[in-house]
Amino acid sequence: MTLELHDLCLTAPGAAAPLFAPLSLRIAPGEIACLTGPSGVGKSSLIAGIAGQLPRGFVLSGQVRLNGRDLLALPPERRGVGVIFQQALLFPHLSVGDNLAFGLSPEFRGRTARRAAVSEALERAGLPGYGARDPATLSGGQRARVALMRALLAQPGALLLDEPFAALDPALRAGMRDFVAEHLRAAAIPALLVSHDAQDAAVARQSLAIAPLGAGG
Amino acid sequence: MIWLRALVAMLIGAPVLVGVGLTLAAAWGADWTKVLALPGLWGGLRLTLITGIGATVLSLALSVPLGLWIMGRPWAARWLAPMLAVPHAALAIGLAFLIAPSGWFGRALAQVLGWAVPPAWPLPGDPYGAALVLGLVLKELPFLLLMTLASASQVDVTGQMAVGRSLGYAPGRVWARVIWPQLYPGLRLPVFIVLAYGLSVVDMALILGPSHPPTLAVQILRLYTAPEMRQAEASVLAIGLVAMTAALAGIWWLAERACTAFGLMALRRGRRGIARRWPGSVVMAAQGGLFVAAMAVLALWSVTGIWRFPDLWPEGLSLALWARGDWIAVALRSLWLGLASVSLALTLAVAVLEGEHRAGRPLRLGAIIVAPLLLPQIGFLQGLTTGFLWLGLPAGPLAVIWAEVLFVFPYVLLSLGGPWRALDPDQLRAAASLGAGPWRQLWRVRLPLLARPIAAAAAVGFAVSVAQYLAVLLPGAGRVATLTTEAVALASGADRRVAAVYGLAQAVLPLLAFALALALPAYGRGGSGGRAP
Amino acid sequence: MRFLALALMLAASPALADWSETLAEARGQTVYFNAWGGDQRTNDFIAWVGAQTEEQFGVKVTQVKLSDTAEAVARVQAEKAAGQKTGGAVDLIWINGPNFLAMKEAGLLHGPFVADLPNARYLDLSEGAPAATDFTVPVEGMEAPWRLAKFVFAHDAARVEPPARMADFPVWAAAHPGRLTHPNPANFMGATFLKQALAELAPDPAALAAPVTDAGYAAQTAPLWAWYDALRPNLWRAGQAFPENESVQAQLLADGEVDIAMFFDPAAPAALIAQGVLPESVRVFTPEGGTIGNVSFVAIPFNAANRAGAEVVANFLLDPATQAHMQDVNVLGSYSVLDPSMLDDAARAAFAALPSAPALPTLEQLGPTLPEPHPSWMTRLTADWAKRYTP
Repeated sequence: MTLELHDLCLTAPGAAAPLFAPLSLRIAPGEIACLTGPSGVGKSSLIAGIAGQLPRGFVLSGQVRLNGRDLLALPPERRGVGVIFQQALLFPHLSVGDNLAFGLSPEFRGRTARRAAVSEALERAGLPGYGARDPATLSGGQRARVALMRALLAQPGALLLDEPFAALDPALRAGMRDFVAEHLRAAAIPALLVSHDAQDAAVARQSLAIAPLGAGG
Repeated sequence: MIWLRALVAMLIGAPVLVGVGLTLAAAWGADWTKVLALPGLWGGLRLTLITGIGATVLSLALSVPLGLWIMGRPWAARWLAPMLAVPHAALAIGLAFLIAPSGWFGRALAQVLGWAVPPAWPLPGDPYGAALVLGLVLKELPFLLLMTLASASQVDVTGQMAVGRSLGYAPGRVWARVIWPQLYPGLRLPVFIVLAYGLSVVDMALILGPSHPPTLAVQILRLYTAPEMRQAEASVLAIGLVAMTAALAGIWWLAERACTAFGLMALRRGRRGIARRWPGSVVMAAQGGLFVAAMAVLALWSVTGIWRFPDLWPEGLSLALWARGDWIAVALRSLWLGLASVSLALTLAVAVLEGEHRAGRPLRLGAIIVAPLLLPQIGFLQGLTTGFLWLGLPAGPLAVIWAEVLFVFPYVLLSLGGPWRALDPDQLRAAASLGAGPWRQLWRVRLPLLARPIAAAAAVGFAVSVAQYLAVLLPGAGRVATLTTEAVALASGADRRVAAVYGLAQAVLPLLAFALALALPAYGRGGSGGRAP
Repeated sequence: MRFLALALMLAASPALADWSETLAEARGQTVYFNAWGGDQRTNDFIAWVGAQTEEQFGVKVTQVKLSDTAEAVARVQAEKAAGQKTGGAVDLIWINGPNFLAMKEAGLLHGPFVADLPNARYLDLSEGAPAATDFTVPVEGMEAPWRLAKFVFAHDAARVEPPARMADFPVWAAAHPGRLTHPNPANFMGATFLKQALAELAPDPAALAAPVTDAGYAAQTAPLWAWYDALRPNLWRAGQAFPENESVQAQLLADGEVDIAMFFDPAAPAALIAQGVLPESVRVFTPEGGTIGNVSFVAIPFNAANRAGAEVVANFLLDPATQAHMQDVNVLGSYSVLDPSMLDDAARAAFAALPSAPALPTLEQLGPTLPEPHPSWMTRLTADWAKRYTP
């Protein structure tokens, strides 16, 4: 599993020039790459573009390959790319356990097997026995961990993280960074993290700063 | 705010209670064996269940995928309000002109197949009520879609859709498994309104439904207007219809639980599904196309000279029927009845919302407000007419206005409530700090700021008023002729062109109100900007 | 000269003096005329009547368009049940047959008033005369006649030849499946279709004039049901659905969905052709044995709010000029209820000068008029039909 970006260019709606210079990157399995840059440079849109969920009007050119497979031609749900958003975006009407069960790959078959997979994920997230809880009763950090577990249970081929720690208390961020790094390594998939916080780059094997093209702002 | 609650209870709650009570009282002495032996009772019951439940389930089932389809297409959503504004009767008349063997569809096929006489298909009025279900779905689907959109504005649909798809789910799966279930609580009341309406509709059933036997609601109306003393039998059936509606609502609620449990089971199984191209555009085109064609055929018949089967177009056009002008007095009556009931309903709604604002908490009016919409109209309107007579309120325009307010008020309150409660409190606080008292705040700040939602609520209320049939027929003792009562009566006349004139006028009046609501506040707000403190 | 004679009569006759009081009382009243609203020509005629009475007597007329006369009957009943003895909502009802009998028996009618109407002198009100009998029930001055009704069929002569007798209908229908129907017998016109058949098929038609008995009913209707069972499978929509009333059936004929319609007004097809509703090839036909005829009346409820105005309208309807206008095929085409022998020369000339039309039958073509059975037959017949043929 390798995620490759070739000459990626993102153009905002109605703009003539791309937001930043063409971007190329190769991320090996278990490796985290970090893109940093000022807000407004198009980091989140780049993540959305790779995931296939660009807002209307944005244009993404270049190539994205996962294990040699071209992703940009595929609909989002078939790209095999998990996304962690700034907000945990847990489904508020589902219990924590059902949020995870919804994420869990269909390759786990049978009710008992699936239930076991969910409780194991909860344990790994440090939230044993939280299955029946309402997500609204969780702390921000707990929610972020559930969101990560939910994404990983879907067994994605790569993971994209869009400012995953921005919504967290500064005190929690370090712990969360370690948590993410540990689980990504265990899952052995490439991950791309974007952040405006230079400290987040610490978890990454490679780190790249992107700057806006021209005199934008 | 006790007086306000009492006022709403008296104006809206009491009439419903009195109506049901007097209907029940009238049913008391009925001869049950006679009621149960009524010819067509069981056929009518079966038909009522098929059409009422069928139309509700079908509308809701179509609204689920179509809701997703329309979320991403604001241009299509703009068509919903006009479709909502067209009264049931006008649509039914137009639809009947389309689907009858000699209707537009039959004529088009005759061109191709060379028919000299119309085909023998049993539409409208087929024994299964399919035409009636189609008519109901065409009216209720836009309503449920609008309610879906309103409910969706409370949920982060875009974000949740992104999450669902990034987990590998096809968009339809994400919508059906996790997003729509969050919207359903906001749809429950509309669905119950649709169910109660479908079980008790009279005007549409008269035009599109079978007549031998007709639905229960039509049978009840016929018994109420039968020459022999049959009020008691009619009242028994009316109460029966109320009980049946309540029972079905209960069953629906149980089915909801079952569906939730089933949905959760499916969700836990984690099947991803494949992205199918759901033919949303086909369904929406059928919905919009039938609507537009029904209105077009109404317009065409209203200016027809002679139009024989199988001609696709009339032989000659003539404005003679419009020029006769007999429809004008009737249209004016519909207009002022609408203005009167909307003014009353709007005043009451503003009083309730302002009272709620000043009390700082909801007024706990609960079921009173929506009771008129959740009960079959025929279940309490005849009892209410008797109640009006006892009150010394003779059958006539005043009784009609009061009866109409029962149905106009809930819609006005529901459509004004959202924007009212969402109004930025800072602006009011700013006004208060400038020394404006509560009345001045209401008049100078709140109402001008809410001019657009108020106009929209008034237009919704006006459309509801214009469309009323039983609420005019029964409390008006037939003396109050509106576009709706005339159109329905003329729909069973010999001259399709006259029925078309009234049907089209009935459709145009609320559409004008909607157009006005869109146009006026833009002008009004500009004017009030300078006056606001 | 005539004015002088009238003035003299006014002074001499207490009844006519009363009439001038009625006229005075009526001035400024609005009469709510409850009349079946399914026929545009009738509606137009009533509007014309209102314009005339407003101009001549200051009496306005508002037509309450009923989809069934029974609605007005039920309304008066409801008012009586609620104890409303004055100021009732219904001033004048277009009525006859069972509805009249029901109201008369329940004491819901004002009257007798017909003899007080000045224009009653043009009527033959002798016992048993058509204007004094409604479905064999003596009118006794409780309702005033206003138009003649005679049951006729109409067919599209460009497409079919009509059956000659009621007995031939099943054979005709078998040869033209799905091309014949009749209004639902719950409706007046549908019931009349059954009565028309009964009048021809009953073993002893004279028995129909008396109130129905169980034994008599069984004996007289047995051939009718056998006839109907043979007819029904070949009716429009296989006899599973029926048009609501004659107007809907006329629309079916106009659309070519059926080949035969039926009316209670021999001039109706000609008028519908003139309006462009029916094709020009439509013609009237009547079965050989003749068809049922009756007189349409207006009655005034006991609690009518505008009784004087209602009497003025009832009287105006009987004016020879009104009746001649009504008989004009371009207006209503309904035959006059007045007794020609009682008219003066000017009135007779007005009737003679009325225009004709191809689809307007002559009196000879219309054939003999059969009497209406006693109303109890119709009630029984429609209830029985509903029980037999409602799924």
